[in-house]
Amino acid sequence: MTTLRVRWTAVIAVFAVILAGCGDSGTESAAGECEVGQTDGALALYNWAEYIDPEQLDAFAAEYGIEATMTEYDSNEAMLPVVSAGNSGYDVVVPSDYMVGIMIDGEFVQPLNFDLIPNAANISDDFANPSYDPEQAYSVPYQWGYTGLAVDTEVVGTDFPRSWDLVFGEAVPADAAGKITLLNDPRETLGAALKALGYSLNTTDQGELDEAQALIEAAKGNLLRFDTDSSDELLTSGESAIAHGYSGDMFTQFLEMDDPSRYVFFVPEEGGTRWIDNMVIPFDAPHPCTAHTFINWMLDGEQGAALSNWNYYGTPNSAAIDMLDDELNAFLTDPSVLPGGLDNVEEIADTGDFEIKYSDAFENAKG
Amino acid sequence: MSGITEPRGWTKGALTTTSWLVYFFFYAPILVLIIFSFSDSRNASVWGGFTTVWYSDFAADSELTGALWNSVRIAVVATLISVVLGTMSALALERFRFRGQRVFDALLYLPVIIPDVTMAVMLLLFFAQAAKWFGFPKGFGTIALSHIAFCISFVSIVVRARLGGMDDKLEEAAMDLYASRWQAFRHVTLPLIMPGILGGGLLAMTLSLDDVVITQFVTGGGWSTLPVYVFSLIRKGVTPLINAVSVVMLVASMALVALSLLTQRLRGDDAVRQS
Repeated sequence: MTTLRVRWTAVIAVFAVILAGCGDSGTESAAGECEVGQTDGALALYNWAEYIDPEQLDAFAAEYGIEATMTEYDSNEAMLPVVSAGNSGYDVVVPSDYMVGIMIDGEFVQPLNFDLIPNAANISDDFANPSYDPEQAYSVPYQWGYTGLAVDTEVVGTDFPRSWDLVFGEAVPADAAGKITLLNDPRETLGAALKALGYSLNTTDQGELDEAQALIEAAKGNLLRFDTDSSDELLTSGESAIAHGYSGDMFTQFLEMDDPSRYVFFVPEEGGTRWIDNMVIPFDAPHPCTAHTFINWMLDGEQGAALSNWNYYGTPNSAAIDMLDDELNAFLTDPSVLPGGLDNVEEIADTGDFEIKYSDAFENAKG
Repeated sequence: MSGITEPRGWTKGALTTTSWLVYFFFYAPILVLIIFSFSDSRNASVWGGFTTVWYSDFAADSELTGALWNSVRIAVVATLISVVLGTMSALALERFRFRGQRVFDALLYLPVIIPDVTMAVMLLLFFAQAAKWFGFPKGFGTIALSHIAFCISFVSIVVRARLGGMDDKLEEAAMDLYASRWQAFRHVTLPLIMPGILGGGLLAMTLSLDDVVITQFVTGGGWSTLPVYVFSLIRKGVTPLINAVSVVMLVASMALVALSLLTQRLRGDDAVRQS
């Protein structure tokens, strides 16, 4: 169902993009006239639901004596047509990594004026110059997380390899057979299989993709099912023992249990996915000065910490780390979460025309 | 000659079973939804004891109640305007013959026939131009106009069905008795088609309250409606809070239906006799 919806929205997005091409989309930053901390009208933020504390937004509005409103979207694909059609009225939008690349290619975002964002110095080196915006000209990171494996140690024990073999290979623990969930998402799950095979998760090689498809097919016998929406809940309710899932979801779910230490989340040593959501300014944002001021304000250490302490996702803000809640800080800095280091971790990139091959391979693998 | 006989034997059994299965598939999910909205567990599929905490969470969540309030305001405005315009167009199409009538008739069905996404993109691009040339901001105005745009068709269709079944002679008789055109309409036609108007209005309100696809393309300025907001919440997993919101929406829709049935019964055909 989700895939169908996404495909529809993709079709629409393409239409909107074509039609919007008729409009004038300047590539110059419109914020040439602004000064640091200056505002030129109300802030209209276009963001994912529950991604910022409404009180934090109110605090920004109060500090600068302007109005601030937020409108929510549920997917990158729902956001793109609205922004690309032009005159969306939004000043700041929060797209994910691959979508930033698409928006830069389509000239739907304007270059940032970093003179107005001195707090950009707080961005941790791990997030500087990402693959989707190599010169870091259009985007600054907002929040991030990993995709990896979560394990119930009461079933699997504590002595297990931190590897994709736990779900794909011979190393599936006997007690976990039939109690494994994989994400119901072509790019994430094929990406996991590609990583297990030692390939890039953004491969456009049909042979590598076929191997990954075969790996998933072979693993199906041990699966409970493919599940994205409730992989975290299935794990803590005992229905599954090993779950492929998102770090933020897993971590929030663990902390709600009586004994969070019973569960372990990690990115397998062969590597996995890191997603990064970013702040960008649409090409025709009505209030570019306010937009820059907001971005600078969010990159302040205190605000970055307030953001993460509320939504419990990772912060790319090095000045915020010390002000995080203890549990969150412990998790973000725990080396065992990332045994393979950052080198093997990739962001999902847009593969253009190859994207449909991923969908097909995944549908075939699921059977 | 025999009339329609009641089915017998295995036919009857099969039909009865089918009916019950239909009811079951219709209402079992709703029942599950309602039951788990009272479950004391974050996990929407595990029963964790009885609680009403999700309902108080809903009431205390300013984002959700704000979205609900947005939905109600938009639905009321969209319903009132589309009922007036839809009834007027129904009367025009049913009563008069004019140039371009067939075209107008066909165009009126368009919002019913075309997919939501198509309509959404059309409106998105339209309002992008409106913002560019006239500075018309996205928000309450764009959502309400979009809802009116598709609600008119539904109201018009329902009212026309009612008008079609009405005897024209009643209005002619009223005018023979020296009622003015307006008086004949006000005291004869309007009461007779009132159930159709109410039914159409109810349909319009339900469609407005439920719409996700079109609204998410034309919203802006913090004007999220409840279904759009709930839809963006589901991305983070289904919790009993969403069940609770759904139950509230369900109860509100059912209350609307009950209210409309009640009004129709009170103001049905006997309204003519009273006035």
